[in-house]
Amino acid sequence: MCTYLTEKIQITGSGKGAEGWFGLTQAAVYVAHPVHAPFEHTVNIDFANPGRGPSARVAVELTEEAALALVDAIQAAIASAPPGLAAANG
Amino acid sequence: MMRGAIERPRRGAARVYDAMMAETVRITGQDGDEIEAYLARPLSPEPHGGVVVIHHMPGYDAATKEMVRRFAAHGYAAICPNLYWREAPGASPDDAAATVRAGGGVPDDRVVGDAAGAARYLRSLTSSNGKVGVIGHCSGGRHAFLVASSLELDAAVDCYGAFVVNDPPESMSWMRPLLPLAENLSCPLLGLFGAEDRYPSPEEVATLERELTRLGKTFSFHSYEGAGHAFFSVDRPSYRQAAAVDGWERVFDWFGRHLSA
Repeated sequence: MCTYLTEKIQITGSGKGAEGWFGLTQAAVYVAHPVHAPFEHTVNIDFANPGRGPSARVAVELTEEAALALVDAIQAAIASAPPGLAAANG
Repeated sequence: MMRGAIERPRRGAARVYDAMMAETVRITGQDGDEIEAYLARPLSPEPHGGVVVIHHMPGYDAATKEMVRRFAAHGYAAICPNLYWREAPGASPDDAAATVRAGGGVPDDRVVGDAAGAARYLRSLTSSNGKVGVIGHCSGGRHAFLVASSLELDAAVDCYGAFVVNDPPESMSWMRPLLPLAENLSCPLLGLFGAEDRYPSPEEVATLERELTRLGKTFSFHSYEGAGHAFFSVDRPSYRQAAAVDGWERVFDWFGRHLSA
């Protein structure tokens, strides 16, 4: 099935795509068919910069378990560092 | 026959020129926009029916182009408009699909306009027999129903299109409810579904069946046991050989009956 639904947020940071590093402005998260992962559905995350065109994208396709583990890992990593260390104004 | 010898048709055997041309072309879509499309057509001289192939949500990809060529191999001129061309000209299919998804999707009216341009292109071919059908899978199945209920066509195939019966969620503002369009369905409709699919569910398929019966439309629906969504997709775990083989036979039988001159 196609869920059609997409969670989209504005982000600040950088990513490395097919043509090297670029600044990121947007992330989209959705559950849908993967292009490459060997599953019928995956949690797909696109880190992108639409201002630089469609190919300015870093894509991942994760199983639900992997995506949830990633959420935990991100929270754990941030919690283990001094508060605000990686903040935009840190 | 000697190894390496050229096999010639036996006397009395059908002499069919078995060749096709597959190429990227430009067509005029919605609002007069020039968009990219993938065209495959037999090179034999007799008139051919035409098939508009609507790509699925993952985009104008290799699997869809393979399907276009499959129709040409079966004697149809087939064309797939790149519905994502405006947002992502020249991009890889997955990047284009991600861009369009993040941008909110393709408006229904634009799909109809682009499909109308594709149908016009097929009818303008000197080899056209004047008949054109439409087929789509997944989101393309919904689009096939939308297009067949918006344009004058000769046959349609909806492969497991969701949100034909149920209204799309409010967040999908670019998608309109389609069931009210059923009375405008302009051509015979073949529907192929997986009994284990949830989008569309068997209940939605049954509702559509009742509505088309009430409206006196010509249609044929088949739901395959043991198959869910995307059972035609050979490169996904969802592929179901028996359903896909039978489904393709039904597709070619349907177009054979309704797209012949």
